[in-house]
Amino acid sequence: MIAADARPALGRGFRLQWEPAQKAHVLLYPEGMVKLNGSAGEIMKRCDGARTVAEIVSDLETTFATTGLEKDVQGFMAMAFEKRWLEIRQ
Amino acid sequence: MNEPGPPLWLLCELTYTCPLHCVFCYNPTDFAKTEQELSTEDWIRVLRQGRELGAVQLGLSGGEPLTRDDLETIVGEAHTLGYYTNLITSGIGLTEERIKALQAAGLDHIQLSFQDSTREVNDFLSSTRTFELKSKVAALIKKYEYPMVLNVVLHRLNIDHVQEILEMAESMGADYVELANTQYYGWAWHNRERLLPSREQLQRAEEITNRFRERVGSKMRVLFVVPDYFERRPKPCMNGLGSVFLTVTPDGTALPCHAAKTLPGLTFPNVKDASIEWIWRDSPGFNHYRGDSWMKEPCRSCPEKAKDFGGCRCQAYLLTGDPDNADPVCDLSPHHHLVTEMVDKASAPNAPTPVVEQPLIFRDRKNSRALSS
Repeated sequence: MIAADARPALGRGFRLQWEPAQKAHVLLYPEGMVKLNGSAGEIMKRCDGARTVAEIVSDLETTFATTGLEKDVQGFMAMAFEKRWLEIRQ
Repeated sequence: MNEPGPPLWLLCELTYTCPLHCVFCYNPTDFAKTEQELSTEDWIRVLRQGRELGAVQLGLSGGEPLTRDDLETIVGEAHTLGYYTNLITSGIGLTEERIKALQAAGLDHIQLSFQDSTREVNDFLSSTRTFELKSKVAALIKKYEYPMVLNVVLHRLNIDHVQEILEMAESMGADYVELANTQYYGWAWHNRERLLPSREQLQRAEEITNRFRERVGSKMRVLFVVPDYFERRPKPCMNGLGSVFLTVTPDGTALPCHAAKTLPGLTFPNVKDASIEWIWRDSPGFNHYRGDSWMKEPCRSCPEKAKDFGGCRCQAYLLTGDPDNADPVCDLSPHHHLVTEMVDKASAPNAPTPVVEQPLIFRDRKNSRALSS
């Protein structure tokens, strides 16, 4: 469980960008690329080191007019931290 | 045939100039014929057109890309266009001034290769000059907060030193080490009998690598790439030709794989005459090996053809004389014995001690002219 007041940022060496040719957000890293699905792209692009996890969840719920996204966001972030796509900068 | 996806990986071989003369280099043996390299403007046009087609990963290699004094300009343009920029270098010429300028231009990643820098191959690891140079470059890479990624090409003459190589990498503070056994193309193909390790050497090197991994844990990640002559299934080379990979050679020839120029019967376009879009979508050289209609048996009816695409065309050509054959690394290939015989020969107790009995051919201009005349 990632603390609700943690401010996740993109991991060092990674770059996130929208690729029109793939119609997707992609995560670039040394000699590799991950094509993100829609929800992963929406979460990742909000991880700017400024917003807290709670703020990201609430922003997503507002943007997509829904509720109860916290579990999904937590699940995705746990995986993203594991893969070092995300980090907490001091 | 389906419309090809984007050329996600663009490899720009900026130059064939290199201060090193590695016997395992994959560069073409006739590289000395290349007289005119692309200009800065040509490269920038290639980058722009590649990006428009959806290229995202950019490899800058050679030769030694640092010998081009416009490298910073090229990196800067690539970064602005949105490429993830990877510099593939021997480190020779990487001064503090240049790494600073490259970082300011937006360079994302550096892969430092380690190789023989002297003709005294047996001195491979005692060459203090090399060690000092690499250590200095490694320290610079760390100082500028790049991950320290070291690539070491293994072969018969250095594979017994894997322990020392790994310890050296550790002392340099490497985060990631790729122990890549030689792939037999270009100069390495000419030297294959001198470079192919024995089964015993390979097994020992893997054991040492595994023990080292257990000791260092996650501090340093080590990838060990087995030479594919020891495998029973081929590599999915380039994910199939013309599927994701586009190389541009120093003179502007566009290739679906960096070794494809050796394939007979195909002509490859030059970026000075055609757009990257035409080259990628329409040129016969890039379309030839797309899909599977070119395949022969046993690939044509093989359930694994969608997984490995019949392996490597260049390897099929070099070993069997016909690039449409199954890659003989596959044990379903009727030519598989060509590979196992080479491994048997390399593993025989009386296999030749290379250097003395069969001189290695070093990658230099003189040898290049001799091999291509």
